[in-house]
Amino acid sequence: MERQYFQPEYECADREVLRDIQSKRLQELVKRCYEKIPFYRKKLDEMGIKPEDIKSIDDISKLPFTYKDDLRDNYPFGLFAVDKDEIIRIHASSGTTGTPTVVGYTVHDLETWTNGTARALIAAGAKKDDFIHISYGYGLFTGGLGLHYGAERIGATAIPVSSGNTARQIQILQDFGSDILCCTPSYAAHIGEVCRDMGVDTSKLPLRAGIFGAEPWSEGMREQIERLLNIKAYDIYGLSEIAGPGVAYECCEQNGMHICEDYFYPEVIDPDTGEVLPDGEYGELVFTCIGKEALPLMRYRTRDISMLIREKCACGRTAVRMAKPRGRTDDMLIIRGVNVFPSQIEYVLTKLGMEPNYLIVVDRVNNLDTIEVQVEMSQSSFSDSVKEIEAKERMIASELHSALNISAKVKLVEHKSLARFEGKAKRVIDNRKI
Amino acid sequence: MLIEQLSIFVENKKGRLAEVTGILAKHNVDIRALCIADTTDYGILRLIVDKPGVAVECLKEEGLTVSLTKVIAIAIPDTPGSLYKAVDLLAKHDIAVEYMYAFLNPKKDTAFVILRVEDNEKAIKVLTDGGVALMKSEEMYTL
Repeated sequence: MERQYFQPEYECADREVLRDIQSKRLQELVKRCYEKIPFYRKKLDEMGIKPEDIKSIDDISKLPFTYKDDLRDNYPFGLFAVDKDEIIRIHASSGTTGTPTVVGYTVHDLETWTNGTARALIAAGAKKDDFIHISYGYGLFTGGLGLHYGAERIGATAIPVSSGNTARQIQILQDFGSDILCCTPSYAAHIGEVCRDMGVDTSKLPLRAGIFGAEPWSEGMREQIERLLNIKAYDIYGLSEIAGPGVAYECCEQNGMHICEDYFYPEVIDPDTGEVLPDGEYGELVFTCIGKEALPLMRYRTRDISMLIREKCACGRTAVRMAKPRGRTDDMLIIRGVNVFPSQIEYVLTKLGMEPNYLIVVDRVNNLDTIEVQVEMSQSSFSDSVKEIEAKERMIASELHSALNISAKVKLVEHKSLARFEGKAKRVIDNRKI
Repeated sequence: MLIEQLSIFVENKKGRLAEVTGILAKHNVDIRALCIADTTDYGILRLIVDKPGVAVECLKEEGLTVSLTKVIAIAIPDTPGSLYKAVDLLAKHDIAVEYMYAFLNPKKDTAFVILRVEDNEKAIKVLTDGGVALMKSEEMYTL
């Protein structure tokens, strides 16, 4: 009998039982933060909140938010709540947008995180005798080691390929017969594309599923990956500040990602006012690490835009679901006053059958924002006629206009002229000097 | 009667044409005729070569977007009015020419014209009936 859940006692818990666990853990968290982290003690004192004021999970809205800048201001270890001898692992963000954020893990924290990725793997149909092909980068980035520990935890075989060297990835997929692939969605699409170029028939590979995350991706991208690799593609969510991948994961229903809310308590707020929004409304996702020791963040502002779905899922899990994030507030482009997420553009392009290789170039000409979307001309959509190519550009521009409400210039570029990504994709160049 | 023409999507970037023709040179592909349709951002390079199959393979291998298009080649006398006679035939039969390009045969007093039309079969019939000589593909490739 295959396992349907990794930890049904939490994933399918009675809501009341789960609430009690959350309330108890929140009280412990606030007490620990107050006692061990000067940053939080100062904040709570300023707000006149004592740990005793927090009696249940409902009191969470009394607590202060934590921002990425708070982690940076306390770089590297200022927000750790435990002594160095209790930390057994360090991860860090890449620091591409500033000072990196550093995360520490105790034995218990790694256990928590590993349970998250183990739940994700089981939810994607992983079995004990599966080969789990992990093409997330190994290192300070949480992707590789996160899925690696989860794969071992469920008794499957982890293949720590790490990212890069696509020809070798494909050779291992063929020779070892990997069953489940884990990497960023943009890298999965690239692997699929290279398979096609090399004449590898992916329908003959044992590969049957993929767990993809670490960047926002659209439903259109999912369809493309599923077609190119001939698999079912599952979404996984996480961020290093909270744990890494496995904070939330998709089940067979693929209607939102189940949050490990016994460890990470979610709220959705209005990013401008900080007000908690009702279920079903899109806003900024906020997590409180009620199940963590080393870096127990309170109400951490993820900057991811999502919403919560509370109804019980057909898969049997009761854990609350989060919708596929629309994007990050810091990825959001404001073009002539209109909010645009790169994932919306990706959705339009992939729905029109274009390959998921694109670049968005934003500029400001004579005080007016301009947006150019570069898309690769594929072999199948190329025609000998200038008229037809121009018609295609106009058609894409018109679809973008109806989806985004802005006029974008569409430029078809040569196949393979845009960058491919082995980790997180970078698809926006903003040349505006603002 | 139909000739395979290579159509290659080329972005307007310095040196790109050199790269493309370099690939063909490396694979010993001989170019018989060429023209470029250009727009602001890109061009379509159209080529008649001696080995279309080899050319497509080596260009695709280098990542280029390339397709084969069937075109017609006619051989007309290198005298005033010859081209007029041919295209007038097409016009009278309501056949639109999408594009065309021509080159001279240095050995004879003949010009070759490559024609891209919507309806190849109809054009072949009209031209043949009108007394215009059509080139066979083998003749073009081995010129």
